[in-house]
Amino acid sequence: MSAPNPESWIQVTDRGIYVAPGDFHVDPTRPVPRAVVTHGHADHARPGHGAVLATAETLAIMRHRYGERAGRSHEPMAYGETRRIGDVTLRLAPAGHVLGSAQAVLEYAGSRVVVSGDYKRGADPTCAPFEPFACDAFVTEATFGLPVFRHPDPLHEAMRLLDARRMFPERAILVGTYALGKAQRLIALLRQAGYDRPIYLHGALMGLCELYRRHGVDLGPLEPATGQAKPALAGEIVLAPPAALNDRWARRLPEPLPCMASGWMRVRQRARQRGVELPLIISDHADWDELTATLEEVAAPKVWVTHGSEEALCHWARGRGFDARALAVVGWGEEDADPEDQGQVGGEGGR
Amino acid sequence: MRAFAELLDRLVFTSSRNAKLRLMGDYFRHQPDPQRGYALAALTGALDFRSAKAGQVRDLVATRVDPVLFGWSYDYVGDLAETVALIWPARHGANRPPDIAEVVGELERAHRKRVPDLIERWLDALDPTERWALLKLITGGLRVGVSQRLAKTALAEAFGADLTDIEEVWHGLSPPYEELFAWLEGRREKPIIDARAAFRPLMLANPLADEEVERLDVEAYRAEWKWDGIRVQIVAGNGNRRLFSRTGEDITNTFPEIAEAMDFDAVLDGELLVVRDGEVASFNDLQQRLNRKTVTQKMLRDSPAHVRLYDILFEREEDLRPLGFDDRRARLERWHARARPARMDLSELLPVAALDDLRQLREEARQRGIEGLMLKRADSAYVAGRPKGPWYKWKRDPLSVDAVLMYAQRGHGKRSSFFSDYTFGTWRPDRENGGWELVPVGKAYFGFTDVELRRLDKWVRDHTVDRFGPVRAVSPELVLEIAFDAVHPSTRHKSGVAMRFPRVSRIRWDKPASEADLLETLEAMVER
Repeated sequence: MSAPNPESWIQVTDRGIYVAPGDFHVDPTRPVPRAVVTHGHADHARPGHGAVLATAETLAIMRHRYGERAGRSHEPMAYGETRRIGDVTLRLAPAGHVLGSAQAVLEYAGSRVVVSGDYKRGADPTCAPFEPFACDAFVTEATFGLPVFRHPDPLHEAMRLLDARRMFPERAILVGTYALGKAQRLIALLRQAGYDRPIYLHGALMGLCELYRRHGVDLGPLEPATGQAKPALAGEIVLAPPAALNDRWARRLPEPLPCMASGWMRVRQRARQRGVELPLIISDHADWDELTATLEEVAAPKVWVTHGSEEALCHWARGRGFDARALAVVGWGEEDADPEDQGQVGGEGGR
Repeated sequence: MRAFAELLDRLVFTSSRNAKLRLMGDYFRHQPDPQRGYALAALTGALDFRSAKAGQVRDLVATRVDPVLFGWSYDYVGDLAETVALIWPARHGANRPPDIAEVVGELERAHRKRVPDLIERWLDALDPTERWALLKLITGGLRVGVSQRLAKTALAEAFGADLTDIEEVWHGLSPPYEELFAWLEGRREKPIIDARAAFRPLMLANPLADEEVERLDVEAYRAEWKWDGIRVQIVAGNGNRRLFSRTGEDITNTFPEIAEAMDFDAVLDGELLVVRDGEVASFNDLQQRLNRKTVTQKMLRDSPAHVRLYDILFEREEDLRPLGFDDRRARLERWHARARPARMDLSELLPVAALDDLRQLREEARQRGIEGLMLKRADSAYVAGRPKGPWYKWKRDPLSVDAVLMYAQRGHGKRSSFFSDYTFGTWRPDRENGGWELVPVGKAYFGFTDVELRRLDKWVRDHTVDRFGPVRAVSPELVLEIAFDAVHPSTRHKSGVAMRFPRVSRIRWDKPASEADLLETLEAMVER
């Protein structure tokens, strides 16, 4: 008997990706009885599910964000461990995206589908590196699925902050970063670059940094940015959610130099629209080269592209002989959407 | 290319003048010759590669990238140079990355047909930011918000030199300016340049403050109209014909008819105007001629340039600058009567005996469509810069209208968290829906105190009705009294008028928006 066609057992419903022979969803966008969650970003890890299966780190992030609403029961799974759910065998493999991020490797009757969640291939000291699995269908994101998105060396980007400090010692170097993943990665990069002064944090970033630390990620000395005397922050690096960058919160800082760490900063006009003076191209999503290299590497005959620039990545994949199509999962990609539409704090400019 | 690309990349995102000066200064201090000199040339617009064209770059990328992906990418990015820089498929270790000196040198020497090969080789060797900088550099127009004067100011500040000294030697030097840097670093004497062709930094006037008017020793001053054109310096003789702007930019090629009239040997100071049938046209007409690389016959015919002379600095080799104003004026008049240059006349000296005469002339300025008066001490020597006392400008009182705040945008630098740029409008009949509608008439971002700014910022946040990126639309409730120097017809603005130098003179918290002015009130203020 030949293996079943992936389409026959994986379906897209209004709640997201449904794995029928196991009766569970992967990263459901609405509450479901049984969810497998790839990582802790809010567009993939939603509150209100019944049983939630994920890495221990992802579950900790969900509890930190949602408290009581993080799901009725939590089943932690380590990378590499396998578990049988109905007729499906599930394994979580590192995705290299943020702390605890995983690909869901699903097997049913000899057919293997990998739902990669969000991923990147570049080095990141704050999480385990992506592990490629050969499969029959590969579900991929395409956040940066245009060939103009090519992320440079992140360490070099982080060092531009140190240059800015040297040149503008009287100003606070204020960097907009997402609270989960980007903030901690940037801190780790700065430490890698030899920066050992305290790094100052907006209140919204403190909890997740503490969580990373509890999971063994060393971030060096961190201080709250609130409650410091204004002149004391001259020449210091301050991290805050993107929405705080140009808003009233920033008035506590001496002449802040607005910076932003995001893959979207690759396009100058985007950075300018945000009033960013120093854009840092640092992303936790695969860039164009990483996306295409990954498709070649996992060599899945079927490629399903979920969110981002699906059209362009499908076009490329078809040209290389893949059977590629866009898979519309409503709701994925919101957390890392174009920063112009971002609103993580106070709804400033939010969607 | 690395450091130059990084500089351009930082400049393009930096709006504060001070920060730009710091970025450029840092570059000039730390980069070696001749790279920094070519960078300076690029920033001051002294490089012009006729051989490299945007079309060639487009053709090149078509040979290396899937056209469908390129099309989508270009749509997304919106800028050709940037799209090509980002999408260019890397060939790691393909070639040695060129530095800016090599790029400039090779492009100047290369035959037109070989240019695409050169560009392709360089694109292969560079990283995306460097590729972007390369494409900006060779296809012309860096557009990083740096004027020639700002670049020179950065140079002066970086090395603790005097800007006027740099301006004085500038036109005798050429890229890569090694002798200039050597002098600025104290490694050699100030460069000696052909003094006959040099720009001499101008003497400028201070505004006459209200409280200074009464104390003015009227008899010691001479009065002229303050013409509303652009201040120029004419340097002619010894084979040179150069027209400089106030900041020392060479604009000779923009005004060939003036260059043609420079058949004499003198250095003159005057106002460049468009004059038709003896009538001075509006500043808008002159603006049509500025910043043009090619001058058409039609422009020469429709907007002929003219210089109204204020002063004479040199006659042949004789430096007249140490003389008093009256003596220079006499020399100017004698010279003019003798030389009879085409397209140049003298700025009239106005008869003034007492303060009342001055006040009356200032009143008249409005009716004549003139900006105001210039007052120059009869014994004042011609000195560079803006010394306090010898020269004053006394502008007529500004015009004003009450307008309604329509949009607010965040400012930059210290004001980056404040909504500090205001677009305001006046009322006109709404022909489609009946009633009245607001039409934007201008934009102002100063004229208020920090305390008022904080209150305005809060008001904008509390009255936002819509958001477009960094711009907020506000409910039409707040009246701003806007002062401005003049208003001109404009085809580029929806309202059909453009204000000159608008600023917020008062915030009318008390006034209902319905009582703000009509567009027709503003239209009635258009001169001529």
